[in-house]
Amino acid sequence: MATLILVAAIAFIAFWVIGAYNKLIGLKGQVANAWKQIDVQLKRRHDLIPNLVETVRGALKFERETLDAVISARAKAMGAQGVHDVARAEGELTQALGRLFALSEAYPELKSLANVSQLQEELSSTENKVAFARQHYNDVATTYNVVQQQFPTNLVAGLAKATPAELWEITEPGERDVPKVDISIG
Amino acid sequence: MAHRPRDLFSQQESNRRKSSWLLLGFVFFFAWIGFGGDIGLYLLQSGATSGYHHTIPWLGILATAGAAAMAWAAWRHGDRQVLWSTRAMELINPVTDEQVRLVNVATEMSIASGLPMPRLWIVPDSDPNAFATGRDPQSASIAVTEGLLETLDRDELQAVLAHEFAHIARYDTRLMTLVAAIVGAITLLSDGVGRILFQSRRVGGRAAGFGGGGRRGGGGRSAAGALVIVVWLLTLIVAPLVSRMLAMAISRKREFLADATAAQYTRNPAALISALEKCENARGPTLSVGRGAAHLCIVDPADRRFQKYKGLIGDVMASHPSLQERVLRLRQMMGSVAVAA
Repeated sequence: MATLILVAAIAFIAFWVIGAYNKLIGLKGQVANAWKQIDVQLKRRHDLIPNLVETVRGALKFERETLDAVISARAKAMGAQGVHDVARAEGELTQALGRLFALSEAYPELKSLANVSQLQEELSSTENKVAFARQHYNDVATTYNVVQQQFPTNLVAGLAKATPAELWEITEPGERDVPKVDISIG
Repeated sequence: MAHRPRDLFSQQESNRRKSSWLLLGFVFFFAWIGFGGDIGLYLLQSGATSGYHHTIPWLGILATAGAAAMAWAAWRHGDRQVLWSTRAMELINPVTDEQVRLVNVATEMSIASGLPMPRLWIVPDSDPNAFATGRDPQSASIAVTEGLLETLDRDELQAVLAHEFAHIARYDTRLMTLVAAIVGAITLLSDGVGRILFQSRRVGGRAAGFGGGGRRGGGGRSAAGALVIVVWLLTLIVAPLVSRMLAMAISRKREFLADATAAQYTRNPAALISALEKCENARGPTLSVGRGAAHLCIVDPADRRFQKYKGLIGDVMASHPSLQERVLRLRQMMGSVAVAA
């Protein structure tokens, strides 16, 4: 009888370890995948920018600085490595693009350019895709971090080589407005 | 944290389980309709000395086989049936600005939810509405009406698509598509049997022998037969009503959950509120969407002008919770979402 209980207990623990291990590995895969998704979207954004710059260059010849800022921010973002650096460089690129879009409001002839409205839709969609890819990465990474620190899963964390994933920090204050929530109604 | 994978996982599990039970229950229901009829016929006629004797339960065999075939079809092609019934056209090459925007917004939501990109369909209808269908995220479809694309701005469209992605992520689409296919089949069966019974009574003939057999037979057996027949008829009469109420009840709770998950994806409940208000304030009805697929839609496709006059019965039968209730819950969410970004 005692051996039976012992065998049952060992089997139970073994099954639990396997389950917890697989869960951590699965989450680790999700985090890696979410990170790759951000990369895909960032690359899309980098590819779109030369197109945009070419289109608006003629109309914006007196705004060289803004255009150059976008170009150099893009170059810097493409060379960045690691979560922290990439996050900062991409934040700067977002700001440079924001200034460019703000300019286009001041130049009505820009809007008459055939491609600009389409390009603007493409770029704002890409901006959104970057933001959502980042949000998804942070959501998945947070889950992964919470699970690997929770008892008793944390006992298996070493076995699964689970280490906390770095979150994509929001760098500039303007980015925090993304939820666009009007609290006055609530 | 806004993202709660355990909730999502248990929700998916519960939807998978309910889907299986629904299919099983559907086959059993048809089996009962068939074999119950057989038993009734057998018991009623066993006392008769001459004439037709119902010894082979062919009704039951046919009904069970038919139900199994229908359940299989609902599982395999339920999404196609729903899309076909709304005359939706698949969007493959986006041409107009609106179509490009739809594809972009859908891609954004596919990224935010971490789900594969669904197939997109456009329903030729000027009333703003949208629905999702499909067995699992890999084979999911999202359909929007032309009116939706015209009425909503970018953020609102995003909120509506996020709501549909939420249905897909939670496997609501599997259960709701099965319900759509099955409620349709039960209604059809009940109408069909009702018509056969009604006509045979008018024609007399066999139906007279049917009732007469019971009277001639006498004794406990035919009483039991009569009881089986009564219960059997009651099932037939009540079934469409009950199945529809069941469909509506599970769908109402689901709308709240999908609204909440949509707010998690977009972090922008305000846009969902204004999208819902725009859709509700449109006059309706969404003519392309029949009653069978009503519970799939983001707002009730029925004529919404009369909804405010509905009483208790209207609430029980409504496929969607009231706008006020949905907006209230989204407003309550706003405070917490603002922090969670």
